[in-house]
Amino acid sequence: MSEQVLELADGTSLWQDAWKRWRRHKVSVASAATLVLILSFCLVGPAIAGLFGLTYDGQDLALGAAGPSLAHPFGTDVLGRDLMVRTMLGGRVSLLVAAVATSVSLVVGITYGAISGYWGGRVDAIMMRFVDIMLSLPYLLLVIVLMAVVPPDALRLGAIDGSFVMMFAALGLVSWLILARIVRGQVLSLREREFVEAARAIGVPPMTILFRHVVPNTLGPVIVYTTLTIPGVILAEAFLSFLGLGIREPNASWGTLVNDGANAMVVYPWLLAFPGVVMALTLFCLNFLGDGLRDALDPHASQH
Amino acid sequence: MLGTIIRRLIGIAPLVLTLALATFLLLKLAPGGPFDAERNFPPEIARQLEARFHLDQPWYTQFTVYIQGLLDGTLPSLKRPGLTVGELIAESFPVSLTLGSLALGFALITGISAGIIGAIRQNSPLDWATMGFALVGISVPNFVLGPLLVFFFALGLGWLPPARWAGLDTMILPAVTLGMAYAAYIARLTRAGMLEVIRADFIRTARAKGLAEQVIVWRHALRGGLIPVVTYLGPATARIVTGTVVIEKIFQVPGLGYYFVQSALDRDYSMVLGVVTFYATILMVMNLLVDVAYTVLDPRVEIS
Repeated sequence: MSEQVLELADGTSLWQDAWKRWRRHKVSVASAATLVLILSFCLVGPAIAGLFGLTYDGQDLALGAAGPSLAHPFGTDVLGRDLMVRTMLGGRVSLLVAAVATSVSLVVGITYGAISGYWGGRVDAIMMRFVDIMLSLPYLLLVIVLMAVVPPDALRLGAIDGSFVMMFAALGLVSWLILARIVRGQVLSLREREFVEAARAIGVPPMTILFRHVVPNTLGPVIVYTTLTIPGVILAEAFLSFLGLGIREPNASWGTLVNDGANAMVVYPWLLAFPGVVMALTLFCLNFLGDGLRDALDPHASQH
Repeated sequence: MLGTIIRRLIGIAPLVLTLALATFLLLKLAPGGPFDAERNFPPEIARQLEARFHLDQPWYTQFTVYIQGLLDGTLPSLKRPGLTVGELIAESFPVSLTLGSLALGFALITGISAGIIGAIRQNSPLDWATMGFALVGISVPNFVLGPLLVFFFALGLGWLPPARWAGLDTMILPAVTLGMAYAAYIARLTRAGMLEVIRADFIRTARAKGLAEQVIVWRHALRGGLIPVVTYLGPATARIVTGTVVIEKIFQVPGLGYYFVQSALDRDYSMVLGVVTFYATILMVMNLLVDVAYTVLDPRVEIS
């Protein structure tokens, strides 16, 4: 009896609760494990493949496009390059674009939404009106124009190809809008709570209250939304690369690989199949992971 | 309500104009011009071309002339002399519209049916099968799905033509490819919305007064359950517009979408400006229609 009381007194934090709920969501856990596998495939894979003599730009022109074999598990492309290593490297690029664009959207979206919600009043009205307007615009059309007319070399950052920088900017700058809206809604209700009032009463400066006390409490919905942003960004990158507006040779991303594969599909179907399946699997797992996290962190929004 | 609709319609004009201005400035600021790629012109011909398209004047004069030309339909395409932007849009947009409508129709019919089946047979194998299928549909990008469908249904089974746009049988594969992801998403939304409504008090009342199950599902539950789907139609239309760009490339459909990318790459300033303005207007009117439909479905909502 007394033990039980002690346990109750300990209580469980929001995060412990969420962790418990999430672990019950078997598919979500399996997706997370698969994502770790895909991530190591892309990050560590090339080094291991290198031990077997498979490299990114190693060419066997005499071999040309050959189907999957022991020497080349995913086969080779028309230039005799190993498709498995190219899929790994393409994955690095796609995931890098997703990571950077998502980080941009996190920084901009949280700051913007938090300030808008905390200030309230006229500032809030103007800031949110701007978000509404931006959201109503067909931004992908603008991104297409942007990618088509700006020469990538103009944006080169040291060793980073300009086409990457443009992709980061284009996708990062449009994916923060909904996040800003979510954070603003959360902040709007949090700022009326007692702990914020207490902080204000003892004279904590507004910016400190906002970013030390209010923002950390919006983390749940932010995490959920972010896991759903990542697949969106991966898809957008692939979409632009598929149109020939994104990552350019000699770099590859999943989008460019799928584009090459789609063009050669009739004769060499594996060129589409392998990158396509790896990419679809990644998107699939991210969607499932997001589903599980939403159920765990945001139980009210769960779909029964 | 009529007053609000008219006010919103008037509000669209300045937004579209701002977007047009942003696009135009982007085109002007980007290095390179529409006639750079041509063979080296003698300077007098270059001057003549520039004068003809007002490129020798300051940007604000150009912009005003272009917008004026768009409005009265006389603006010529820079890269297709003799044809106006209006003529080019009038020729290719109906194709994109047909493709988009077929895709949306397919998405709505299959998505809503699958969602209803999932909701009234919750947790049955049929429910799991349709929802599993829906998750796959969301995760496979249309530029992977398209080539795969061509591979199986056109090249393998020979049931449908692999490309081109002439007659209903050539429209099936592009429309299904474009609509699949939306069908999947709509299925999930419908299922979740229906499950929410089925638990509501007014449904219990309907049951209690002895209404037939058919009437409850079709007349009462569906109406409330479809509200999330209607909300989704706004963003879905926007994405279908950009989606047509990819589909038209895969299936060689002579629509406005792929044409838009080409004119952006060719720096056909007048054409890009025309297409962006045109699409933006359509999308914003679409958003307004969605809001109107919303008030019809849910009497508690008032249009603002």
